[in-house]
Amino acid sequence: MSDNNDIQPVAAEGRSPLTLINVREGLFGAKGDTSGFDGLVKPVQMPGASERPYGEWFDGVVDILEELLGDAAQEAIEYVVVDRGELTLYIAREHLLAVAQHLRDDQDLRFEMCLGVSGVHYPADKGRELHAVYPMQSITHNRRLRIEVAVDENDAHIPSLCGIYPMNNWHERETWDFFGIIFDGHPALARIEMPDDWVGHPQRKDYPLGGIPIEYKGAEVPSPGERRQYR
Amino acid sequence: MTHAPHATGAFTDDPTVPEYTVYGADWSETVEEAMRLGQQRIVMNMGPQHPSTHGVLRVMLEIEGETVTEARAGIGYLHTGIEKNMEYRTWTQGVTFCTRMDYVASMAQELVYCLGIEKLLGITDDIPERASILRVLMSELTRIGSHLVAVGTGGNELGATTIMTTAFIGREETFKIIEMISGLRTNNAYIRPGGVAQGLPEGGIAALRKMIPAVKQRLDEMAALQMENPILKGRLKNVATMNLSAATALGITGPILRSTGLPYDVRKAEPYCGYETYDFQVPTSTDCDAWSRMVLRMEECYESLKIVEQCVDRLEKLGDGPVMVADKKIAWPAQLSIGTDGQGNSPEHIRHIMGESMEALIHHFKLVTEGFDVPAGQVYQAIEGPKGLLGVHLVSDGGTKPWRAHFRDPGFNNLQALSIMAEGGQIADVVVAIASIDMVLGGVDR
Repeated sequence: MSDNNDIQPVAAEGRSPLTLINVREGLFGAKGDTSGFDGLVKPVQMPGASERPYGEWFDGVVDILEELLGDAAQEAIEYVVVDRGELTLYIAREHLLAVAQHLRDDQDLRFEMCLGVSGVHYPADKGRELHAVYPMQSITHNRRLRIEVAVDENDAHIPSLCGIYPMNNWHERETWDFFGIIFDGHPALARIEMPDDWVGHPQRKDYPLGGIPIEYKGAEVPSPGERRQYR
Repeated sequence: MTHAPHATGAFTDDPTVPEYTVYGADWSETVEEAMRLGQQRIVMNMGPQHPSTHGVLRVMLEIEGETVTEARAGIGYLHTGIEKNMEYRTWTQGVTFCTRMDYVASMAQELVYCLGIEKLLGITDDIPERASILRVLMSELTRIGSHLVAVGTGGNELGATTIMTTAFIGREETFKIIEMISGLRTNNAYIRPGGVAQGLPEGGIAALRKMIPAVKQRLDEMAALQMENPILKGRLKNVATMNLSAATALGITGPILRSTGLPYDVRKAEPYCGYETYDFQVPTSTDCDAWSRMVLRMEECYESLKIVEQCVDRLEKLGDGPVMVADKKIAWPAQLSIGTDGQGNSPEHIRHIMGESMEALIHHFKLVTEGFDVPAGQVYQAIEGPKGLLGVHLVSDGGTKPWRAHFRDPGFNNLQALSIMAEGGQIADVVVAIASIDMVLGGVDR
């Protein structure tokens, strides 16, 4: 990742590069286009880890969390990212339950609601392909932060938050259904949107969009996933 | 008693479990037969094709006589892969997808999605005031429409057709305005990244001023019809109850949460589009039942009308002007107008790109086919949708299409409460519980 630091504008501001979102090749979907930009390779990274002070209420929350986690804090909180006015905590999955428990129960944190879990697939980010993103909402303090857990797609296990946030039941089922992340300890991790006997996890990037070519006045337009498109 | 030849899923995988297929016959006969056969456990399938399920919702009910002992909702019948599809279209095209999720509250989804993109782009403060007011105006009209559908169909499912017809007439009034401004009744794709598709048409202010009392009249009519109606009270009071602790545990938001006494409304807690400058109340109740949710929805309609009135005043004062960001690299290049053959690009714009400026044509072409780049990163944006907290998680890889767009539909989350609301009650009250949750399966399944 570090090789690409100089071409990556978002890794500026002295931040260390983080999640490799994508490696874009060429400017256009078609192979062998005439533009000459075919060979362009552009790695794109998430905004990197932030340095203290984080600003607003962010420092306070991270301080409290570190204090509550004690010796485990260093290992539990992988990165702290402040971007576009939002706080993201990258948490190691072994410590997710402890972090969530503290976030919910401590009176100065009090994130009563987890607004679900959104899976994201980053195939280029080797060893951390699947991300589970939990937006946490505190009604008491009127704050929102984001917990992000990254796992290897060959070992896609994350502990279920259902015991702490029962509302996450269906959300975790959805993320299992679409991304194949296994939430250990979930009471009934069944598919929710796709049929029970469906094969594969449709929202992964290597899963094709599908669809059929469209015929129009003798010409054939490829299906939406197969069309030439800008990168 | 027969074993149906078709696959019916996990419930009846066990061949020793008898299965009854009932098509609208007298229910008591089925129950009697089951009793005669000594069956202790009856699992009943309600839906996915059932008139009271607001779309295609399957409810699996375990019953004892008329009492529901266990209720589970099965969803997914309306899953259309909207989130996946959005990854293959430009950011602007995504609006036409997300507007179709919860088709009763189109504008809310367009708004949350566009606010998310604007946060990613860092242009939140550059949106013209006129566009923000129009966004608020359209969101509130949508809120009224959505609540009227919730209350109206809720009544209809109990047999009170007049509540439904009155509600739909009132909703029609809001649709007339929405159609006049955006060109479409629903699925508008009106709110775009950077602003809105177009400003108020000629005569818009006058039409809005005429609409407000018309909707109010229908609301009054509905209130008169409902509020002292003993049958409706009997069916809704103390039915499908859920208290604050249950609502918090299940992450419930919107009117259901406010019916437990917590005045949480994203418009107040975390204002967007200038909501902090509008004068409106957040009605709450502490009754925790289906009745209080219905009353809250009616009260919210009145509050929304108050906001609409303020929007009209502001729009009148502001007059005509831009409704898109000034940045030509983001702003949709065309302004729509109505010609002899219907709505389309304005003749001035066509003249400009076709006859005057080659560069304008190139820009138009690039923006429409390629779209605009959104800097890499991720954001979460939440708004108060008619049904609760509507959130969007957007990830950009720096390109012209979303890397990931995930919506937290309030109905998806709130439907989890069906078990708590329905268990221990009567079968007939399951219908009430579903209606009081007010989800739309298009949004739930996406």
